[in-house]
Amino acid sequence: MEFISRRKFLKIGGASLAATTAIGNAKLFDSKRATELRQVPTFCDICFWKCGAIATIQDGKLWKVEGNPKDPLSRGRLCPRGSGGIGAHYDPDRLKTPLMRKSVRGEEEWVAVSWDEALGFIADKMKKIKADYGPEAMALFSHGIGGNFLKHMLKAYGSANIAAPSFAQCRGPRDVGFKLTFGEDVSSPERTDIRNAECLVLIGSHLGENMHNTQVQEFGDAIAQDAEIIVVDPRFSVAASKAKYYLPIKPGADLALLLAWMNVLVTENLYNQDYVTKYGFGFDHFVNEILPFTPEWAYPETGIEPDLIRQTARVMARHKPATLIHPGRHVTWYGDDAQRSRAIALLNALMGNWGVKGGFYYPVSMDIPGYPYPEYPHSERPKVDNPDNKYPFAHETITNGIREATLTGNPYPIKGWLVYATNLMHALPNEKETIQAIQNLDLMVVIDVIPAEIAGWADVVLPESVYLERYDDLNVEWFREPFTALRQPVIDPPHDQKPNWWIAKTLAEKLDLGHYFPWKDIEEYLSYRINQAGLSYEQLKSEGILLGEKQPIYFSEGVPDVFPTPSGKIEFYSLQLAQAGFDAVPKYTKPPQPPPGYFRLLYGRSPVHSFSRTQSNRILMDMMDENEVWINQDVAGRYGLKSGDYIRLKNQDGVVSNRIKVKATERIRTDCVYMIHGFGHNSRMLKFAYEKGVSDAQLITQYTVDPLMGGTAMNVNFVTLELEA
Amino acid sequence: MARFAMVIDTVKCVGCMDCVVACKTENKVPEGFNRDWITTDAKGKFPTVQMEIRSERCNHCDNPPCVYCCPTKASHVHDLGGVVLVHHHMCIGCKACLASCPYDARFIHPDGYADKCTFCIHRVEKGLDPACVAVCPTHCMYFGDLDDVESQVSKLLLERKNHALIPEAGTRPEIYYLI
Ligand code: SF4
Repeated sequence: MEFISRRKFLKIGGASLAATTAIGNAKLFDSKRATELRQVPTFCDICFWKCGAIATIQDGKLWKVEGNPKDPLSRGRLCPRGSGGIGAHYDPDRLKTPLMRKSVRGEEEWVAVSWDEALGFIADKMKKIKADYGPEAMALFSHGIGGNFLKHMLKAYGSANIAAPSFAQCRGPRDVGFKLTFGEDVSSPERTDIRNAECLVLIGSHLGENMHNTQVQEFGDAIAQDAEIIVVDPRFSVAASKAKYYLPIKPGADLALLLAWMNVLVTENLYNQDYVTKYGFGFDHFVNEILPFTPEWAYPETGIEPDLIRQTARVMARHKPATLIHPGRHVTWYGDDAQRSRAIALLNALMGNWGVKGGFYYPVSMDIPGYPYPEYPHSERPKVDNPDNKYPFAHETITNGIREATLTGNPYPIKGWLVYATNLMHALPNEKETIQAIQNLDLMVVIDVIPAEIAGWADVVLPESVYLERYDDLNVEWFREPFTALRQPVIDPPHDQKPNWWIAKTLAEKLDLGHYFPWKDIEEYLSYRINQAGLSYEQLKSEGILLGEKQPIYFSEGVPDVFPTPSGKIEFYSLQLAQAGFDAVPKYTKPPQPPPGYFRLLYGRSPVHSFSRTQSNRILMDMMDENEVWINQDVAGRYGLKSGDYIRLKNQDGVVSNRIKVKATERIRTDCVYMIHGFGHNSRMLKFAYEKGVSDAQLITQYTVDPLMGGTAMNVNFVTLELEA
Repeated sequence: MARFAMVIDTVKCVGCMDCVVACKTENKVPEGFNRDWITTDAKGKFPTVQMEIRSERCNHCDNPPCVYCCPTKASHVHDLGGVVLVHHHMCIGCKACLASCPYDARFIHPDGYADKCTFCIHRVEKGLDPACVAVCPTHCMYFGDLDDVESQVSKLLLERKNHALIPEAGTRPEIYYLI
């Protein structure tokens, strides 16, 4: 309570201060019972942001998880999901013991087996797949830092077919668009200098609802410092309520708006001329291409008045270079996503903010050596996901490319899937394709903490201990300031769950690959790496975080101003795109529009849930236990609907959803509807979450593939409102 | 004397419910109940909408009807900071206080007593902020002593426009919203 004068405070509370020494002793309510408290630092895993946390154990029971004040990501404050992290440990529906399938895939009929039996079965199958099809026929889908040891195991086995939906179903287009422009991507955590921005532009990014901790904290800083905020969104988001300018764009027209903004900046000479002259490549060509795209041209596409387009472009220019056009994160929307992201990169380049305070900083990290492992076996066959380099700018593995190969057997068959901590049924579009692909497998393994839908399709399900019960790999983060964090167990797993490192190592041993895991246990691995870096493992264990020395993060501080693009400059005109047959400067194509009577289905994030992974966390479900469909008030009125009514949605392919609650609101356009992603579970093992709300993924049967990088755009589905009889 | 109050900056609040979750774990609030909650007031017609987001809870009123109506004196004003509290062992669960509270801040705990926000007095006594204030990712909440003119809460109320909830009920609420 730093705000009450200390002297005065001591006077008031002196007596009780003296009486309470143990932390958290709720004197008023627990005075008869002395409690024993223990605190352990670790880092969060409710999402992938990896905030530093301190868990408190009271009398042997997990009480709470709070932010670690030393942690630069959380600055001592976890987000709501992280604060509710204990719910993952206590979740009664979590996986408890290894399970083997008893009947056909998808029937969810299981026998509980020992770890030895489960891993022995998997190892035998993997050996057979290797003998019959080669090691590349095994693929791994993985999400988060917990996948590191499994990835290592699969590479040792001989396959590089390892993918995460975070690329082709999420941030991939953004990273490709920025790489094409600046030679580097935006990375995670995003290198956005939000807290120093004087003008912040959010395009579809709903910070505050999307709860990536540092981003939201810095958004708060920006608001407090009176940054001018411009929000572009078909929905009046929380961020929109903080904005000076809200642009209620027609869904799908973002690229048209971006082109028009750039047109204004160029024609009115408002861009950062010194910066562009110094660092830009192909600017003249760019100018020529951008000239036709006036605000008047953009108006019918976007629905945004030309005056407002001009006015907001001028606001951006006024604050340059401290104007940040946020690149977003989940940007697989319409199929033009890499080019739209490139347009965002170019707009930022016009501000001259890359490497500059209030724009994009250069992230730094600590130098922690890896563990010396034997070399991975050489593979004769390239990765399976992108045959003939069809998507020439995909710099990570394409999940849907692996799915496609599994379906078709081309360029070679995939016969085994390991799926770690990602619910592919909700992450990949068109679940039918996923289910069909699974039918072609000889082995399907799911390793997870909860029995998500994808587990229902497995042959073997392996229960992982939750983050509060396990060690993981070090988080050697790339951020504003260099630091390394440790995840360590706070409490024992309640049943027969095991940490991923143990699963990977034990499976490797059964595959005769034990020499790839030369350490006896993970602490030997972790302490080796930390000691090699000349740091103290004991200190890391007791503090949870080791901070490195401050390093320059802006050009002005001495970061070398080099751009690893082909021209060595910021590419306003991209020869590599032109050579590959794409637009060298982004162009807009209108995406298909909803037929009469249909609404475009949009989805987004809730601050109290992570994807489809938290709907059996009872604490978070007490915050929000079903999703709603947002419908414009007038539209709702026309259908005779009011908030609280239940309806179903039917998509263009005839897929009908569960029942979903209506939110009739003035906060959305009339041509689209919106829901939070992650609900509507139909895994029977998720007893509590079962059929609460609707899964957007179920309605996303259509997707448009980004021609540059293979990402799947998912805002291309249309639904009708089906009233209950 | 101290007069504890909370000042919440609605301009910064994003309504993420971290305050609700942190309270829930800190105070072991049972499943199905929360001691604080988020209210979103949206006005206007799309796209010209104004929105105020508020983190709400017991207002620890200076003139608390829930204390006056309690037949057993379980509901009481704590001598530290004027915090309104309930002695669980004295509460008979009659719900008179639930009915009297204009903010609907109270509920009956499954163990039978009336329960609500305590301003985390067990933390405040140790010099800590209430759990909701300590966790807020946008730092939009402030806790302190209004009798101390130097406190940040006092200063914020002087500097910024603010309002309290249902002032016409005459309860003299001690939670203030900056606008
Ligand atoms: S952002 Fe939230 S859920 Fe993600 S790691 Fe941080 S505290 Fe955990």
